[in-house]
Amino acid sequence: MGALEQGFAYGFLVLGVYLTFRVLDFPDLTVDGSLPLGAAVSAVAISAGVDPFVSLLLALAAGFCAGMVTGILNTKFGILHLLASILTMIALYSINLRIMGRPNMTLLGKPTVLDPVTSSGISMFNAAPLLFGVFSILALLLLFWLLHTAFGLAMQATGANRQMITSQGVNTDNVIILTVGLSNGLAAVSGALLCQSQGAADVNMGVGTIVAGLASVIVGETLFGCQSVGRALLAALLGSVIYRLAIALALSLKLGQFSFTPSDLNLLTALLVVAALTLPGLRRKVLRR
Amino acid sequence: MIEIKDLVKTFHRGSVNEVLALSGITLKMRKGDFITIIGSNGAGKSTLLNCLAGSTGIDSGHIVIDEEDVSRWPEHRRSTWISRVFQDPLLGTCGSLSIEQNLALANRRGRSHGLGRGVKRSDQEIFKKQLAQLGLGLESRLKDKVGLLSGGQRQALTLLMATMIRPKVLLLDEHTAALDPKTAHQVLSLTQKLIKEQHLTALMVTHNMQQALQLGNRLIMLHGGRVILDVSGAEKQAMAVEDLLEQFYKVRGEEFVSDRMLLV
Ligand SMILES: Nc1ncnc2c1ncn2[C@@H]1O[C@H](COP(=O)(O)OP(=O)(O)OP(=O)(O)O)[C@@H](O)[C@H]1O
Ligand SMILES: [Mg+2]
Repeated sequence: MGALEQGFAYGFLVLGVYLTFRVLDFPDLTVDGSLPLGAAVSAVAISAGVDPFVSLLLALAAGFCAGMVTGILNTKFGILHLLASILTMIALYSINLRIMGRPNMTLLGKPTVLDPVTSSGISMFNAAPLLFGVFSILALLLLFWLLHTAFGLAMQATGANRQMITSQGVNTDNVIILTVGLSNGLAAVSGALLCQSQGAADVNMGVGTIVAGLASVIVGETLFGCQSVGRALLAALLGSVIYRLAIALALSLKLGQFSFTPSDLNLLTALLVVAALTLPGLRRKVLRR
Repeated sequence: MIEIKDLVKTFHRGSVNEVLALSGITLKMRKGDFITIIGSNGAGKSTLLNCLAGSTGIDSGHIVIDEEDVSRWPEHRRSTWISRVFQDPLLGTCGSLSIEQNLALANRRGRSHGLGRGVKRSDQEIFKKQLAQLGLGLESRLKDKVGLLSGGQRQALTLLMATMIRPKVLLLDEHTAALDPKTAHQVLSLTQKLIKEQHLTALMVTHNMQQALQLGNRLIMLHGGRVILDVSGAEKQAMAVEDLLEQFYKVRGEEFVSDRMLLV
């Protein structure tokens, strides 16, 4: 599967991770469960004869609800954000199995969102990157608009200065619940797109999602900067593509006898995130000497 | 009118660290009252303001604003009527948003923050005019991030934000304490000007007794979570710092030398 196609498909997730981690300052691991949730919902819906595009909306809604659960656990029940998101993530594993009725589900021969594109004469190889690219840019533009609405400003302030925005009359609980909901809705759309282009949904496809998402956000920020909201959103999306390209590159590397397998990805990604998180600090320390 | 009835607040209730921060405060504020609050460290001044704003819950008692009991209202709801400026200049504004975005949020205080455009074109002109009043040159920096401003500029901006939508009560907790003397003076004059122009009802905590006597029409001294002095009008005007000290000894008969009580 092409890196570009994956980069754009995961782009939704990465934009969502940007919203929670960066804008809201809410480390949310729910996405490990909501990405396969989106895949499961989309696969089951398409198998039941629902239009593939409509199935994306269903996935979005399902992911939104999952994220809202995390938000509610955190704000209304006072559970630490990280733990709240782990609880939802674990619960989603069971729920995803229930939705599909089995650990995985193929979509071979079923309609997908790619059909209208391929039937217009564009090759299968180009169809997915093109369509997912257009979709993710639309999502980016929507988020850009959202972050500049009054709600969006309140969202940014909730992450940056909760006391200030509460003093301006905003119920930060609601902002958190809606934003974490939106972030997981986006993650679920990623899952739905992936399952349609790969032709299968799997309950385990979400493992390591958050780390990959975070890695993409950080790669984007490092390469393209995040001085403004627009720039940060673009950096997140491009970060997603570059991260997938880097992974593809790593997998094709051969060092004598040794080469990486897809199962090494989580380790590589974790190392990448650790490096990205610690290097700026190290560099500062070195420069100070 | 704002009425505080028998307000009690205990921290760490039932533990060995139990602190009775407010032990039954009763206070009637008339519309347009500008009250200065003094008292030694730990007297309960900040706690009183936090309880009014709703950021600290109360044990018992009532807070009534214009016949409405707001004691059980959450903080965000109370901020429709109550606005505040904190001691920490970083708390009142959002550093990662621009000046105009901060003002736009304040311009919607108490209304819904929905999906309408955050900063409207038509608002920008109004913001410019209001910023120009501050005399800090901020009117030409609408798009600058607030994080770039100095503490004094941020505090002036916070004051503007707190009074953009007229509050029923303005709470000021040592809002000039973190500023250098010159900036503190500027922010204080601005405070006076805004309160006077809008006929605001305000509570201002200060450690400067001279200031407490000069400003406002009423002065309250807290000690050990109680009001131990409440003077207003002519009686207040006739007072000097020495009288305040004397009053204090008379009522409490205790040592009244506190590191932060300034006799300037
Ligand atoms: N969050 C809290 N937890 C525990 N105790 C608190 C808390 N806030 C205040 N207190 C205690 O309540 C009492 C009153 O504190 P408060 O901050 O209201 O005093 P203050 O009059 O504002 O003093 P200062 O002049 O030092 O600002 C103090 O004994 C303080 O230790
Ligand atoms: Mg205090």
